[in-house]
Amino acid sequence: MKKRILTSHIVHYGVCVLAALTSVPLIAILGEVLIKGYKQFSWAFLTQPTPTAYKAMMALAQGEDIPGGIANGILGSLIMLLMAAIIAIPVGIMGGIYLSENSNKRFAQIVSYMTDLLQGTPSVIIGIITYIWVVVPMRGYSAIAGSVALTVMMLPLIVRSTEETMKILPQSLKEAGLALGGNYAKVVMKVQLPSAFGGIFTGVLLAISRVIGETAPLMFTALGCQVIRLSVDKPMSAVPLLIWEFFNDPNLQDLIWGASLFLLLFVLSINLLSKYLAKKWQS
Amino acid sequence: MTIINPILEFKEVTVNYTSSVQAVKGVTAAIERNSITAIMGPSGCGKSTLLRAANLMHNLYPNIRIGGEILLEGRNILDMESIEVRRKIGMVFQRPAPFPTMSINENVLAGYTLNGIHLSRAQKADIVEKSLRSVSLWDEVKDVLTKKGTFLSGGQQQRLCIARALALQPEVLLMDEPTSALDPIATKHIEQLITQLKDDVTILIVTHNMGQARRIAAKSMFMYLGDLIEYDDTKKMFTDPANELTSAFLNGKMG
Amino acid sequence: MSSDKTFRVLLFTAALIIPIIAGGIIYSLTADSYDALRHFGFLRFLFSSEWSYTDGAESYGALPFITGTLLTTALALLFCIPFSLPVALFVGEYYKGTKLAATLSTVTDLLAGIPSIIYGLWGFYTLRPIIIWLGISDEGSGILTASLVLAIMIVPYAASLSAEFIKMVPNELKEGAYSLGATRLEVIRKVVMPVAGPGIFSAYILAIGRALGETMTVTMLIGNTNNMPSSLTCTGNTMASIIANQFGEAEGLRLSSLIAIALMLFLITAVINMIGKILIKRARIA
Repeated sequence: MKKRILTSHIVHYGVCVLAALTSVPLIAILGEVLIKGYKQFSWAFLTQPTPTAYKAMMALAQGEDIPGGIANGILGSLIMLLMAAIIAIPVGIMGGIYLSENSNKRFAQIVSYMTDLLQGTPSVIIGIITYIWVVVPMRGYSAIAGSVALTVMMLPLIVRSTEETMKILPQSLKEAGLALGGNYAKVVMKVQLPSAFGGIFTGVLLAISRVIGETAPLMFTALGCQVIRLSVDKPMSAVPLLIWEFFNDPNLQDLIWGASLFLLLFVLSINLLSKYLAKKWQS
Repeated sequence: MTIINPILEFKEVTVNYTSSVQAVKGVTAAIERNSITAIMGPSGCGKSTLLRAANLMHNLYPNIRIGGEILLEGRNILDMESIEVRRKIGMVFQRPAPFPTMSINENVLAGYTLNGIHLSRAQKADIVEKSLRSVSLWDEVKDVLTKKGTFLSGGQQQRLCIARALALQPEVLLMDEPTSALDPIATKHIEQLITQLKDDVTILIVTHNMGQARRIAAKSMFMYLGDLIEYDDTKKMFTDPANELTSAFLNGKMG
Repeated sequence: MSSDKTFRVLLFTAALIIPIIAGGIIYSLTADSYDALRHFGFLRFLFSSEWSYTDGAESYGALPFITGTLLTTALALLFCIPFSLPVALFVGEYYKGTKLAATLSTVTDLLAGIPSIIYGLWGFYTLRPIIIWLGISDEGSGILTASLVLAIMIVPYAASLSAEFIKMVPNELKEGAYSLGATRLEVIRKVVMPVAGPGIFSAYILAIGRALGETMTVTMLIGNTNNMPSSLTCTGNTMASIIANQFGEAEGLRLSSLIAIALMLFLITAVINMIGKILIKRARIA
């Protein structure tokens, strides 16, 4: 009996130790990015575009800090995200409403499976497909292509979160609305959607935090660009694309950590915010 | 009333859920060996809490504090290892909950497998048959022993859970409203069964149904707001309650 | 009433976009990989381990990358379980509902939120030197290194889903087992794990689905060589990483071959994810 109790305790402590070890990579990654990236962080870093490899090389040769920053990436990320969001949010919400309202229809079940399928599709494949659909017909890489890739990634996430939020709304809410003589569209838009706002909003935030850090779908679509540019039919940069460039260019490697710190802070704060809001709205 | 041959004794037992809420406020009572003792009282009176304390269920929940002594054959179980106590004091819960991943067979033997006790095939068969016979379930399930217990009716499931507890041959069997989730016919079945079992095991049963207490229990306790108000022979309590609260409860003037 | 009808049509159209995209992906990948599959033949493409783009002697086969994908995924799963299972038990059973569990959940949530390119950087600049220092491989990059980081990336998915199922094991069953004299470990092994088993299994299937298609981290850590992997520590490529590596510069038959690999990767992850989702739905109902 003593042995059984002892074994039970040992396993208990073992579980605690192994579970605690899981936080080591988080601390290691956050620590490395913070410590190395903090030094590069400055106002100029956030407001100037990436230097050319030549400029960086010259600065390195003279022992100076590499000039420039990641402004082209930040702006590109925001522009492409905005374009993707304009399409993905309304379409995703409407698709989600359709699924929650028609959950017993065969078609809705098929759509539901397809949503899972899209959600699980590796992001590199989304990149390829956008290349085939947008880059080839447009004869060139562009911000539009990048935002299409992001749209395809965001859509299933928003559909799912909207559907799940709408499904847990009490049926009485809808019935009460209809009983008051409201038509179907009005009841959904004025009664159900506002009640589901919290859940849908956090779903959208989570979708944004998921796609903003994506590199693979942008590599063959937006491609990247060294200067600050606003024309959406031309290649455009994004923060994760810049990190990828810095990683591959020995002259620019000093900029990796600042860019990573920016991306990490951005992604994790949206992530935490959405979780916080979800908890707040649930209670 | 005197308890001639007690097996279990509560001495000034207190149970606190948090520092502020006291669910049991110092209960002292001895339980007669090989008899049936019922604990009655309105919901929230602490009767289940007291019963669960005798199975050390509070050890599972770190926010519950317990005081006083609970003696089994004179030994304070609060100082003993939970797993040792629970093998001597079995428990049956409100809702029948056979283990869904185990067959009927495995459910009866669960006490042994959980405790890592190895049995021969013959021993297993023997224990299964004996335990199921003692709850009058053998004839109904002897051909489906390898099927999952969850397909049985509610009453059968509860009898299976009693068999599961009896298989370990406990000295005391605690029953926490064992019929509250069952229909009247299944309830009658279980009540008959309980009265048969008292020759082998001491039974302490919590019930909110006073009819049940009157039908099966030799002795009854009445608890109210954590206090033991009255403890007497069931007959005496039902005919001539000593306390006004008891009388109010028995006359249905209390939830 | 007509506004109602417009509204319903609008919702339907929005929902219709999803199957159109999904169908479009299958159609386009199939159409664009047709050249390669016809030129080499499906089976030869699948089982050839040659990947050579010398002019005039082009030959493409997917076997090294399929092998690479299966190896990294299997290793990642192997490294993941000893951590994800304790995390799930910690959150869903031992410290269920406590502040400690909430803290650990936040930790895994944050791990899940880190972009894969940053995992790749960390693997390259921190883990790779350790691998070299330990003398496991000379370059530090390779299947093992990629799998280790991949394992960290899938821990949050496997753990949070498993914990959800462990949490759902009814208290009555656990108390029933305790009342028979079982220790906590025995209750977990004989009651909690079997009851939550189907759900936990489906959680790992979905974690596999994630590992199969992970691109950037693997591309940065696997060493990017196109040969059949000869050991677990050697360099290689997965289906996703060969695409990330070569898609930008590829043309003609090579482009078509890469798209064929993408098609296979899509189908494999689709099947795995479907199985996972179906199992998880069943486990939730049970």
